[in-house]
Amino acid sequence: MKLVIGIVRPEKANDVLEALYRAEVRGVSMSRVQGHGGELDRVETYRGTTVKVGLEDKTRFEIAVSDEFVQPAIDALCDGARTGEVGDGKIFVIPLERAVRIRTGESDQAAVTPVAK
Amino acid sequence: MSILPIAAAAAEIDTGDTAWMLVATALVLMMTPALGLFYAGLVRSKNTLNTFMMCIGAIAVAGVVWALIGYSLAFDGTGSLIGGLGYVGLNDVTFIPREGTTIPHLLFMAFQATFCIITAALVSGAVVERMRFGPFLIFVALWSVLVYSVLAHWSFGGGWLAAGGTLDFAGGIPVEMGSGFSALAAALVVGARKDYGRQALLPHNALYVLLGAGLLWFGWFGFNGGSGFSTGDPSVLAFVNTLLTPACTLLVWFLLDLIRGRKVTAIGAATAIIVGCVLITPAGGFISPGWAMVLGAVGALPCYAMIVWRPRTRVDETLDVLAAHGIAGFTGILFIGLFASLAWNGIADGLFFGNASQLGDQALAALVTPVYAFVMTYALLRVMGLFTSLRASQHDEAVGMDVVQHGEEAYPSGEGAILVLPDADGEALVADPR
Repeated sequence: MKLVIGIVRPEKANDVLEALYRAEVRGVSMSRVQGHGGELDRVETYRGTTVKVGLEDKTRFEIAVSDEFVQPAIDALCDGARTGEVGDGKIFVIPLERAVRIRTGESDQAAVTPVAK
Repeated sequence: MSILPIAAAAAEIDTGDTAWMLVATALVLMMTPALGLFYAGLVRSKNTLNTFMMCIGAIAVAGVVWALIGYSLAFDGTGSLIGGLGYVGLNDVTFIPREGTTIPHLLFMAFQATFCIITAALVSGAVVERMRFGPFLIFVALWSVLVYSVLAHWSFGGGWLAAGGTLDFAGGIPVEMGSGFSALAAALVVGARKDYGRQALLPHNALYVLLGAGLLWFGWFGFNGGSGFSTGDPSVLAFVNTLLTPACTLLVWFLLDLIRGRKVTAIGAATAIIVGCVLITPAGGFISPGWAMVLGAVGALPCYAMIVWRPRTRVDETLDVLAAHGIAGFTGILFIGLFASLAWNGIADGLFFGNASQLGDQALAALVTPVYAFVMTYALLRVMGLFTSLRASQHDEAVGMDVVQHGEEAYPSGEGAILVLPDADGEALVADPR
Protein backbone atom coordinates (compact mmCIF):
# COMPACT_ATOMS: atom_id res chain seq x y z
CA MET A 1 0.00 0.00 0.00
CA LYS A 2 1.30 3.38 -0.95
CA LEU A 3 0.10 6.98 -0.82
CA VAL A 4 0.80 8.65 -4.14
CA ILE A 5 0.89 12.46 -3.94
CA GLY A 6 0.93 14.39 -7.18
CA ILE A 7 1.27 18.18 -7.33
CA VAL A 8 0.29 19.43 -10.79
CA ARG A 9 -0.77 22.52 -12.72
CA PRO A 10 -4.42 23.38 -12.00
CA GLU A 11 -5.13 23.73 -15.71
CA LYS A 12 -4.00 20.10 -16.18
CA ALA A 13 -6.04 18.73 -13.28
CA ASN A 14 -8.90 17.63 -15.51
CA ASP A 15 -6.49 15.82 -17.82
CA VAL A 16 -5.04 14.00 -14.80
CA LEU A 17 -8.52 12.99 -13.63
CA GLU A 18 -9.27 11.63 -17.09
CA ALA A 19 -5.99 9.69 -17.17
CA LEU A 20 -6.61 8.24 -13.69
CA TYR A 21 -10.10 7.23 -14.73
CA ARG A 22 -8.76 5.46 -17.81
CA ALA A 23 -6.12 3.69 -15.67
CA GLU A 24 -8.97 2.50 -13.44
CA VAL A 25 -7.49 4.20 -10.41
CA ARG A 26 -10.44 5.10 -8.22
CA GLY A 27 -10.46 6.89 -4.90
CA VAL A 28 -8.85 10.29 -5.32
CA SER A 29 -8.65 13.40 -3.16
CA MET A 30 -7.90 16.72 -4.74
CA SER A 31 -7.05 20.03 -3.09
CA ARG A 32 -5.85 23.45 -4.13
CA VAL A 33 -2.42 24.35 -2.84
CA GLN A 34 0.12 27.05 -3.52
CA GLY A 35 3.74 26.31 -4.06
CA HIS A 36 6.98 27.16 -5.72
CA GLY A 37 9.07 24.73 -7.69
CA GLY A 38 11.75 26.87 -9.32
CA GLU A 39 9.72 28.14 -12.27
CA LEU A 40 9.97 31.74 -13.49
CA ASP A 41 7.88 34.17 -11.48
CA ARG A 42 4.81 35.62 -13.16
CA VAL A 43 4.47 39.40 -13.00
CA GLU A 44 1.11 41.10 -12.44
CA THR A 45 0.32 44.80 -12.31
CA TYR A 46 -2.55 46.46 -10.46
CA ARG A 47 -2.56 50.23 -11.06
CA GLY A 48 0.87 51.34 -9.78
CA THR A 49 1.60 48.14 -7.93
CA THR A 50 3.70 45.50 -9.65
CA VAL A 51 4.03 42.12 -8.01
CA LYS A 52 5.88 38.90 -8.71
CA VAL A 53 3.71 35.93 -8.01
CA GLY A 54 6.15 33.80 -6.02
CA LEU A 55 3.67 31.08 -5.17
CA GLU A 56 1.84 29.49 -8.06
CA ASP A 57 -1.55 27.83 -7.72
CA LYS A 58 -1.20 24.06 -7.91
CA THR A 59 -3.52 21.13 -7.55
CA ARG A 60 -2.57 18.32 -5.18
CA PHE A 61 -3.81 14.80 -5.76
CA GLU A 62 -3.71 12.22 -2.96
CA ILE A 63 -4.27 8.65 -4.07
CA ALA A 64 -4.05 5.66 -1.71
CA VAL A 65 -3.46 2.49 -3.77
CA SER A 66 -2.48 -1.12 -3.43
CA ASP A 67 1.01 -1.94 -4.72
CA GLU A 68 -0.01 -3.09 -8.21
CA PHE A 69 -1.72 0.28 -8.83
CA VAL A 70 1.26 2.44 -7.86
CA GLN A 71 2.82 2.46 -11.33
CA PRO A 72 -0.47 3.03 -13.21
CA ALA A 73 -1.22 5.97 -10.89
CA ILE A 74 2.21 7.48 -11.49
CA ASP A 75 1.89 6.99 -15.24
CA ALA A 76 -1.51 8.62 -15.27
CA LEU A 77 -0.27 11.62 -13.30
CA CYS A 78 2.68 12.04 -15.68
CA ASP A 79 0.58 11.62 -18.82
CA GLY A 80 -2.11 14.00 -17.67
CA ALA A 81 0.07 16.70 -16.17
CA ARG A 82 3.09 16.96 -18.46
CA THR A 83 3.50 20.02 -20.71
CA GLY A 84 7.30 19.96 -20.93
CA GLU A 85 7.65 23.41 -19.38
CA VAL A 86 9.15 24.16 -15.98
CA GLY A 87 6.40 23.98 -13.36
CA ASP A 88 4.73 20.72 -14.35
CA GLY A 89 4.94 19.51 -10.75
CA LYS A 90 6.16 16.54 -8.70
CA ILE A 91 5.02 13.10 -7.62
CA PHE A 92 5.85 11.67 -4.19
CA VAL A 93 5.21 8.06 -3.18
CA ILE A 94 5.03 7.30 0.53
CA PRO A 95 4.56 3.93 2.26
CA LEU A 96 1.15 3.70 3.85
CA GLU A 97 0.99 2.15 7.29
CA ARG A 98 -2.73 1.66 7.63
CA ALA A 99 -5.99 2.47 5.89
CA VAL A 100 -9.53 2.10 7.23
CA ARG A 101 -12.82 2.37 5.40
CA ILE A 102 -15.01 4.23 7.88
CA ARG A 103 -18.34 2.84 6.69
CA THR A 104 -17.48 -0.85 7.16
CA GLY A 105 -14.40 -0.83 9.35
CA GLU A 106 -12.49 -2.74 6.64
CA SER A 107 -8.81 -2.01 6.85
CA ASP A 108 -5.71 -1.94 4.67
CA GLN A 109 -5.92 -3.71 1.28
CA ALA A 110 -9.70 -4.02 1.42
CA ALA A 111 -10.05 -0.38 2.38
CA VAL A 112 -8.20 0.94 -0.68
CA THR A 113 -9.94 -1.44 -3.09
CA PRO A 114 -12.89 0.27 -4.74
CA VAL A 115 -16.32 -1.07 -3.88
CA ALA A 116 -17.33 -3.45 -6.67
CA LYS A 117 -20.85 -2.52 -7.55
CA MET B 1 -36.45 53.97 -35.41
CA SER B 2 -39.69 55.23 -36.75
CA ILE B 3 -40.02 57.18 -39.91
CA LEU B 4 -41.06 60.36 -38.25
CA PRO B 5 -43.49 62.70 -39.93
CA ILE B 6 -41.67 65.87 -40.87
CA ALA B 7 -43.71 68.57 -39.20
CA ALA B 8 -41.68 71.59 -40.11
CA ALA B 9 -38.89 72.13 -42.59
CA ALA B 10 -36.61 73.68 -39.99
CA ALA B 11 -37.24 71.58 -36.87
CA GLU B 12 -36.79 73.33 -33.58
CA ILE B 13 -35.13 71.89 -30.54
CA ASP B 14 -37.55 70.65 -27.92
CA THR B 15 -36.09 70.89 -24.42
CA GLY B 16 -38.15 67.99 -23.06
CA ASP B 17 -37.07 65.70 -25.88
CA THR B 18 -33.45 66.76 -25.48
CA ALA B 19 -33.49 66.16 -21.71
CA TRP B 20 -34.86 62.66 -22.19
CA MET B 21 -32.40 61.81 -24.96
CA LEU B 22 -29.44 62.94 -22.81
CA VAL B 23 -30.57 60.48 -20.15
CA ALA B 24 -31.39 57.75 -22.68
CA THR B 25 -27.91 58.01 -24.21
CA ALA B 26 -26.30 57.54 -20.80
CA LEU B 27 -28.62 54.59 -20.11
CA VAL B 28 -27.63 52.84 -23.32
CA LEU B 29 -23.91 53.42 -22.72
CA MET B 30 -24.34 51.76 -19.32
CA MET B 31 -25.64 48.66 -21.07
CA THR B 32 -22.17 47.81 -22.36
CA PRO B 33 -20.48 47.44 -18.94
CA ALA B 34 -23.69 45.69 -17.84
CA LEU B 35 -23.20 43.26 -20.72
CA GLY B 36 -19.60 42.84 -19.55
CA LEU B 37 -20.89 41.81 -16.13
CA PHE B 38 -23.47 39.47 -17.66
CA TYR B 39 -20.88 37.81 -19.89
CA ALA B 40 -18.19 37.72 -17.17
CA GLY B 41 -20.49 35.74 -14.91
CA LEU B 42 -21.15 33.20 -17.66
CA VAL B 43 -17.48 32.31 -18.26
CA ARG B 44 -14.97 30.48 -16.07
CA SER B 45 -13.28 32.52 -13.34
CA LYS B 46 -9.91 32.52 -15.13
CA ASN B 47 -11.45 34.48 -18.03
CA THR B 48 -13.53 36.98 -16.05
CA LEU B 49 -11.48 40.09 -16.74
CA ASN B 50 -10.78 39.32 -20.39
CA THR B 51 -14.48 38.81 -21.05
CA PHE B 52 -15.39 42.08 -19.35
CA MET B 53 -12.52 43.86 -21.11
CA MET B 54 -13.86 42.86 -24.53
CA CYS B 55 -16.92 45.00 -23.74
CA ILE B 56 -14.82 47.86 -22.38
CA GLY B 57 -12.60 47.54 -25.46
CA ALA B 58 -15.67 47.86 -27.69
CA ILE B 59 -16.50 51.20 -26.03
CA ALA B 60 -13.00 52.45 -26.79
CA VAL B 61 -12.67 51.22 -30.35
CA ALA B 62 -16.23 51.38 -31.68
CA GLY B 63 -16.78 54.75 -29.99
CA VAL B 64 -13.81 56.32 -31.75
CA VAL B 65 -14.43 54.64 -35.10
CA TRP B 66 -18.08 55.72 -34.98
CA ALA B 67 -17.14 59.36 -34.51
CA LEU B 68 -14.46 59.23 -37.20
CA ILE B 69 -16.33 57.41 -39.99
CA GLY B 70 -19.07 55.03 -38.88
CA TYR B 71 -21.67 57.68 -38.16
CA SER B 72 -21.17 59.30 -41.55
CA LEU B 73 -21.51 56.01 -43.44
CA ALA B 74 -24.67 55.17 -41.54
CA PHE B 75 -26.45 58.51 -41.39
CA ASP B 76 -25.21 60.85 -44.12
CA GLY B 77 -27.58 61.05 -47.07
CA THR B 78 -30.14 58.63 -48.41
CA GLY B 79 -27.96 56.43 -50.60
CA SER B 80 -29.59 53.07 -51.05
CA LEU B 81 -26.72 50.86 -49.84
CA ILE B 82 -24.41 53.12 -47.86
CA GLY B 83 -24.31 56.69 -46.57
CA GLY B 84 -21.89 59.42 -47.56
CA LEU B 85 -18.73 60.94 -46.18
CA GLY B 86 -20.23 64.32 -45.26
CA TYR B 87 -20.08 63.71 -41.52
CA VAL B 88 -16.59 62.19 -41.41
CA GLY B 89 -14.83 63.28 -38.23
CA LEU B 90 -18.16 64.78 -37.06
CA ASN B 91 -17.92 67.49 -39.72
CA ASP B 92 -21.23 69.41 -39.79
CA VAL B 93 -22.60 67.50 -36.81
CA THR B 94 -23.75 70.45 -34.74
CA PHE B 95 -26.57 71.59 -32.48
CA ILE B 96 -28.93 72.03 -35.43
CA PRO B 97 -31.37 69.10 -35.36
CA ARG B 98 -31.42 66.43 -38.04
CA GLU B 99 -34.44 66.56 -40.28
CA GLY B 100 -37.40 65.01 -38.50
CA THR B 101 -35.93 65.25 -35.01
CA THR B 102 -36.17 67.85 -32.27
CA ILE B 103 -32.89 67.18 -30.50
CA PRO B 104 -29.38 68.45 -31.28
CA HIS B 105 -27.73 66.53 -34.11
CA LEU B 106 -24.68 66.01 -31.89
CA LEU B 107 -26.83 64.24 -29.30
CA PHE B 108 -28.45 62.10 -32.02
CA MET B 109 -24.96 61.03 -33.06
CA ALA B 110 -23.98 60.15 -29.47
CA PHE B 111 -27.17 58.12 -28.95
CA GLN B 112 -26.46 56.16 -32.14
CA ALA B 113 -22.82 55.69 -31.05
CA THR B 114 -23.93 53.80 -27.95
CA PHE B 115 -25.86 51.41 -30.22
CA CYS B 116 -22.81 50.69 -32.36
CA ILE B 117 -20.74 50.10 -29.22
CA ILE B 118 -23.03 47.58 -27.58
CA THR B 119 -23.60 45.72 -30.84
CA ALA B 120 -19.87 45.21 -31.30
CA ALA B 121 -19.59 44.15 -27.65
CA LEU B 122 -22.39 41.61 -28.13
CA VAL B 123 -20.42 39.74 -30.79
CA SER B 124 -17.65 39.05 -28.25
CA GLY B 125 -19.97 36.52 -26.61
CA ALA B 126 -19.22 34.11 -29.44
CA VAL B 127 -15.45 34.13 -29.00
CA VAL B 128 -14.78 34.60 -25.27
CA GLU B 129 -12.26 32.42 -23.42
CA ARG B 130 -10.04 31.97 -26.49
CA MET B 131 -9.81 34.95 -28.87
CA ARG B 132 -6.73 37.16 -28.39
CA PHE B 133 -7.45 40.67 -27.15
CA GLY B 134 -5.50 42.59 -29.80
CA PRO B 135 -7.10 40.92 -32.83
CA PHE B 136 -10.49 41.34 -31.15
CA LEU B 137 -10.02 45.11 -30.98
CA ILE B 138 -9.01 45.23 -34.65
CA PHE B 139 -12.05 43.11 -35.46
CA VAL B 140 -14.32 45.58 -33.61
CA ALA B 141 -12.88 48.51 -35.57
CA LEU B 142 -13.43 46.86 -38.96
CA TRP B 143 -16.72 45.16 -38.08
CA SER B 144 -18.37 48.34 -36.80
CA VAL B 145 -17.74 49.94 -40.22
CA LEU B 146 -18.27 46.99 -42.56
CA VAL B 147 -21.27 45.44 -40.84
CA TYR B 148 -22.86 47.74 -38.28
CA SER B 149 -22.73 51.03 -40.20
CA VAL B 150 -24.10 49.38 -43.33
CA LEU B 151 -27.01 47.69 -41.55
CA ALA B 152 -27.74 50.86 -39.57
CA HIS B 153 -27.88 52.80 -42.83
CA TRP B 154 -30.26 50.28 -44.39
CA SER B 155 -32.68 50.37 -41.47
CA PHE B 156 -32.24 53.78 -39.78
CA GLY B 157 -30.27 56.05 -42.09
CA GLY B 158 -32.58 56.12 -45.10
CA GLY B 159 -31.15 53.11 -46.91
CA TRP B 160 -33.09 50.67 -49.05
CA LEU B 161 -34.85 48.74 -46.27
CA ALA B 162 -36.19 51.87 -44.56
CA ALA B 163 -37.10 53.41 -47.93
CA GLY B 164 -38.91 50.22 -48.90
CA GLY B 165 -41.12 50.39 -45.84
CA THR B 166 -39.46 47.93 -43.46
CA LEU B 167 -40.14 48.95 -39.87
CA ASP B 168 -37.51 48.60 -37.14
CA PHE B 169 -38.07 50.70 -34.05
CA ALA B 170 -34.87 50.30 -32.04
CA GLY B 171 -32.55 48.02 -33.94
CA GLY B 172 -33.84 44.52 -34.59
CA ILE B 173 -31.94 44.67 -37.88
CA PRO B 174 -28.51 46.20 -37.16
CA VAL B 175 -28.23 45.47 -33.43
CA GLU B 176 -29.96 42.17 -32.77
CA MET B 177 -29.82 40.25 -36.06
CA GLY B 178 -26.55 42.00 -36.92
CA SER B 179 -24.84 40.80 -33.75
CA GLY B 180 -26.49 37.38 -33.59
CA PHE B 181 -25.62 36.17 -37.05
CA SER B 182 -22.17 37.77 -36.92
CA ALA B 183 -21.61 35.86 -33.68
CA LEU B 184 -22.36 32.59 -35.45
CA ALA B 185 -19.81 33.41 -38.16
CA ALA B 186 -17.21 34.46 -35.56
CA ALA B 187 -17.67 31.24 -33.60
CA LEU B 188 -17.18 29.19 -36.77
CA VAL B 189 -14.02 31.02 -37.87
CA VAL B 190 -12.35 31.28 -34.45
CA GLY B 191 -13.30 27.71 -33.59
CA ALA B 192 -14.41 25.99 -30.41
CA ARG B 193 -12.64 26.26 -27.07
CA LYS B 194 -10.19 23.39 -26.63
CA ASP B 195 -12.22 21.80 -23.82
CA TYR B 196 -15.60 22.32 -25.51
CA GLY B 197 -17.53 19.07 -25.63
CA ARG B 198 -14.95 17.34 -23.40
CA GLN B 199 -15.38 19.08 -20.06
CA ALA B 200 -18.23 20.83 -18.31
CA LEU B 201 -17.59 24.55 -18.87
CA LEU B 202 -19.79 26.24 -16.29
CA PRO B 203 -20.72 29.84 -15.47
CA HIS B 204 -18.55 30.90 -12.54
CA ASN B 205 -20.82 33.50 -10.94
CA ALA B 206 -24.59 33.40 -11.42
CA LEU B 207 -25.00 36.60 -9.39
CA TYR B 208 -23.01 38.59 -11.96
CA VAL B 209 -25.27 37.15 -14.64
CA LEU B 210 -28.44 38.24 -12.82
CA LEU B 211 -27.06 41.65 -11.90
CA GLY B 212 -25.85 42.18 -15.47
CA ALA B 213 -29.26 41.20 -16.86
CA GLY B 214 -30.99 43.57 -14.46
CA LEU B 215 -28.75 46.47 -15.44
CA LEU B 216 -29.24 45.64 -19.12
CA TRP B 217 -33.01 45.73 -18.69
CA PHE B 218 -32.72 49.10 -16.91
CA GLY B 219 -30.58 50.46 -19.75
CA TRP B 220 -32.97 49.02 -22.33
CA PHE B 221 -35.60 51.58 -21.27
CA GLY B 222 -33.25 54.17 -22.75
CA PHE B 223 -32.49 51.96 -25.73
CA ASN B 224 -36.12 51.42 -26.75
CA GLY B 225 -37.66 54.45 -25.08
CA GLY B 226 -35.06 56.69 -26.70
CA SER B 227 -35.52 55.31 -30.18
CA GLY B 228 -38.46 57.63 -30.83
CA PHE B 229 -36.03 60.56 -30.28
CA SER B 230 -38.72 62.33 -28.32
CA THR B 231 -41.04 62.09 -25.37
CA GLY B 232 -43.94 61.45 -27.75
CA ASP B 233 -46.34 58.55 -28.01
CA PRO B 234 -44.03 56.08 -29.84
CA SER B 235 -41.40 56.51 -27.12
CA VAL B 236 -43.92 56.00 -24.34
CA LEU B 237 -45.32 52.92 -26.08
CA ALA B 238 -41.86 51.43 -26.58
CA PHE B 239 -40.90 52.27 -22.99
CA VAL B 240 -43.94 50.52 -21.53
CA ASN B 241 -43.60 47.55 -23.88
CA THR B 242 -40.01 47.19 -22.62
CA LEU B 243 -41.55 46.44 -19.24
CA LEU B 244 -44.33 44.13 -20.42
CA THR B 245 -42.64 41.94 -23.03
CA PRO B 246 -39.70 40.70 -20.90
CA ALA B 247 -42.06 40.05 -17.98
CA CYS B 248 -44.07 37.70 -20.22
CA THR B 249 -40.89 36.10 -21.55
CA LEU B 250 -39.79 35.45 -17.97
CA LEU B 251 -43.05 33.71 -17.10
CA VAL B 252 -42.95 31.48 -20.16
CA TRP B 253 -39.25 30.74 -19.55
CA PHE B 254 -40.12 29.66 -15.99
CA LEU B 255 -42.70 27.26 -17.42
CA LEU B 256 -40.30 25.88 -20.01
CA ASP B 257 -37.64 25.38 -17.33
CA LEU B 258 -40.20 23.59 -15.15
CA ILE B 259 -41.23 21.27 -17.96
CA ARG B 260 -37.66 20.51 -18.96
CA GLY B 261 -35.91 20.21 -15.61
CA ARG B 262 -38.62 20.51 -12.93
CA LYS B 263 -36.88 23.61 -11.57
CA VAL B 264 -36.90 27.30 -12.42
CA THR B 265 -33.29 28.36 -12.97
CA ALA B 266 -31.70 31.73 -12.19
CA ILE B 267 -29.42 31.83 -15.20
CA GLY B 268 -32.43 30.88 -17.30
CA ALA B 269 -34.28 33.86 -15.85
CA ALA B 270 -31.40 36.20 -16.65
CA THR B 271 -31.40 34.86 -20.20
CA ALA B 272 -35.17 35.37 -20.46
CA ILE B 273 -34.81 39.04 -19.51
CA ILE B 274 -32.38 39.56 -22.39
CA VAL B 275 -34.53 37.59 -24.84
CA GLY B 276 -37.64 39.57 -23.87
CA CYS B 277 -35.88 42.91 -24.27
CA VAL B 278 -34.54 41.84 -27.67
CA LEU B 279 -37.97 40.65 -28.83
CA ILE B 280 -39.54 44.04 -28.19
CA THR B 281 -36.59 46.05 -29.56
CA PRO B 282 -37.73 46.13 -33.21
CA ALA B 283 -41.44 46.18 -32.42
CA GLY B 284 -41.54 48.48 -29.38
CA GLY B 285 -43.21 51.53 -30.89
CA PHE B 286 -45.34 49.67 -33.45
CA ILE B 287 -47.50 47.15 -31.59
CA SER B 288 -50.09 47.49 -28.84
CA PRO B 289 -49.18 46.57 -25.24
CA GLY B 290 -51.42 43.52 -25.51
CA TRP B 291 -49.64 42.18 -28.58
CA ALA B 292 -46.29 43.07 -26.98
CA MET B 293 -47.18 40.68 -24.16
CA VAL B 294 -48.07 37.98 -26.68
CA LEU B 295 -44.75 38.61 -28.43
CA GLY B 296 -42.89 38.10 -25.14
CA ALA B 297 -44.65 34.81 -24.52
CA VAL B 298 -44.53 33.36 -28.04
CA GLY B 299 -41.06 34.65 -28.85
CA ALA B 300 -39.58 32.80 -25.90
CA LEU B 301 -40.20 29.46 -27.61
CA PRO B 302 -37.76 29.56 -30.58
CA CYS B 303 -35.05 31.17 -28.44
CA TYR B 304 -35.41 28.59 -25.68
CA ALA B 305 -35.30 25.78 -28.23
CA MET B 306 -32.15 27.23 -29.79
CA ILE B 307 -30.41 27.56 -26.42
CA VAL B 308 -31.20 23.95 -25.57
CA TRP B 309 -30.17 22.63 -28.97
CA ARG B 310 -27.00 24.64 -29.69
CA PRO B 311 -24.70 23.06 -27.02
CA ARG B 312 -25.41 19.65 -28.55
CA THR B 313 -23.71 20.77 -31.74
CA ARG B 314 -20.02 21.24 -32.43
CA VAL B 315 -20.54 25.00 -32.76
CA ASP B 316 -19.11 26.72 -29.68
CA GLU B 317 -21.08 29.94 -30.02
CA THR B 318 -20.20 30.30 -26.40
CA LEU B 319 -22.71 32.69 -24.83
CA ASP B 320 -25.58 32.04 -27.28
CA VAL B 321 -25.66 35.44 -28.94
CA LEU B 322 -27.41 33.85 -31.92
CA ALA B 323 -30.27 32.49 -29.81
CA ALA B 324 -30.73 35.47 -27.50
CA HIS B 325 -30.22 38.21 -30.11
CA GLY B 326 -30.31 36.77 -33.64
CA ILE B 327 -33.36 34.55 -33.27
CA ALA B 328 -35.18 36.94 -30.93
CA GLY B 329 -34.49 39.90 -33.25
CA PHE B 330 -35.67 37.84 -36.23
CA THR B 331 -38.88 36.97 -34.38
CA GLY B 332 -39.51 40.58 -33.36
CA ILE B 333 -38.99 41.90 -36.88
CA LEU B 334 -41.47 39.39 -38.32
CA PHE B 335 -43.97 40.07 -35.51
CA ILE B 336 -44.22 43.69 -36.67
CA GLY B 337 -45.40 42.42 -40.04
CA LEU B 338 -48.15 40.44 -38.34
CA PHE B 339 -49.40 42.68 -35.54
CA ALA B 340 -48.33 46.27 -36.20
CA SER B 341 -51.32 48.51 -35.56
CA LEU B 342 -51.93 51.86 -37.22
CA ALA B 343 -54.13 52.87 -34.32
CA TRP B 344 -51.13 52.60 -31.99
CA ASN B 345 -48.23 53.68 -34.21
CA GLY B 346 -49.79 56.03 -36.76
CA ILE B 347 -47.59 54.55 -39.52
CA ALA B 348 -48.72 51.13 -40.73
CA ASP B 349 -50.83 48.07 -40.02
CA GLY B 350 -49.62 44.48 -40.09
CA LEU B 351 -51.16 41.39 -41.68
CA PHE B 352 -53.71 40.82 -38.91
CA PHE B 353 -55.00 44.36 -39.36
CA GLY B 354 -55.34 43.94 -43.10
CA ASN B 355 -51.98 45.00 -44.50
CA ALA B 356 -50.24 41.91 -45.86
CA SER B 357 -47.53 43.86 -47.66
CA GLN B 358 -46.00 44.93 -44.34
CA LEU B 359 -45.20 41.29 -43.60
CA GLY B 360 -43.42 41.10 -46.94
CA ASP B 361 -41.30 44.14 -46.08
CA GLN B 362 -40.41 42.63 -42.70
CA ALA B 363 -39.63 39.21 -44.16
CA LEU B 364 -37.25 40.79 -46.68
CA ALA B 365 -35.22 42.35 -43.86
CA ALA B 366 -35.36 39.10 -41.87
CA LEU B 367 -33.80 37.25 -44.80
CA VAL B 368 -31.25 39.74 -46.07
CA THR B 369 -29.83 40.92 -42.73
CA PRO B 370 -28.69 37.50 -41.45
CA VAL B 371 -27.06 36.70 -44.79
CA TYR B 372 -25.19 40.02 -44.95
CA ALA B 373 -24.05 39.91 -41.31
CA PHE B 374 -22.92 36.29 -41.54
CA VAL B 375 -21.09 36.56 -44.85
CA MET B 376 -19.31 39.84 -44.09
CA THR B 377 -18.19 38.75 -40.62
CA TYR B 378 -17.04 35.37 -41.90
CA ALA B 379 -15.02 36.98 -44.68
CA LEU B 380 -13.59 39.67 -42.40
CA LEU B 381 -12.31 37.18 -39.82
CA ARG B 382 -10.96 34.83 -42.50
CA VAL B 383 -8.97 37.71 -44.00
CA MET B 384 -7.75 38.81 -40.58
CA GLY B 385 -6.71 35.22 -39.93
CA LEU B 386 -4.30 35.42 -42.87
CA PHE B 387 -2.33 38.16 -41.12
CA THR B 388 -2.55 37.23 -37.47
CA SER B 389 -3.52 34.39 -35.18
CA LEU B 390 -7.03 35.08 -33.93
CA ARG B 391 -6.91 32.78 -30.94
CA ALA B 392 -4.62 32.07 -28.03
CA SER B 393 -2.43 28.95 -27.90
CA GLN B 394 -3.75 25.85 -26.15
CA HIS B 395 -1.38 26.52 -23.25
CA ASP B 396 -2.56 30.11 -22.85
CA GLU B 397 -6.18 29.04 -23.11
CA ALA B 398 -5.60 26.50 -20.34
CA VAL B 399 -3.91 29.03 -18.05
CA GLY B 400 -6.70 31.54 -18.67
CA MET B 401 -6.98 34.75 -20.64
CA ASP B 402 -6.87 37.06 -17.60
CA VAL B 403 -3.28 36.22 -16.67
CA VAL B 404 -2.09 35.70 -20.25
CA GLN B 405 -3.70 38.72 -21.96
CA HIS B 406 -3.88 41.23 -19.12
CA GLY B 407 -1.42 40.14 -16.42
CA GLU B 408 -4.13 40.35 -13.79
CA GLU B 409 -6.51 38.03 -12.01
CA ALA B 410 -10.15 38.72 -11.16
CA TYR B 411 -9.77 37.16 -7.75
CA PRO B 412 -6.12 37.55 -6.63
CA SER B 413 -5.46 36.15 -3.18
CA GLY B 414 -2.30 38.19 -2.73
CA GLU B 415 -0.69 35.16 -1.09
CA GLY B 416 2.78 34.59 -2.37
CA ALA B 417 2.82 37.93 -4.22
CA ILE B 418 6.13 39.75 -3.79
CA LEU B 419 6.10 43.54 -4.19
CA VAL B 420 8.41 44.80 -6.93
CA LEU B 421 9.87 48.30 -6.47
CA PRO B 422 11.77 50.09 -9.23
CA ASP B 423 15.25 51.25 -8.15
CA ALA B 424 16.94 54.48 -9.26
CA ASP B 425 17.82 53.06 -12.68
CA GLY B 426 14.28 51.95 -13.28
CA GLU B 427 15.34 48.34 -12.84
CA ALA B 428 12.88 46.08 -11.09
CA LEU B 429 13.83 45.35 -7.52
CA VAL B 430 12.22 42.98 -5.06
CA ALA B 431 11.20 44.74 -1.86
CA ASP B 432 13.03 43.84 1.34
CA PRO B 433 10.50 41.81 3.32
CA ARG B 434 11.56 43.52 6.57
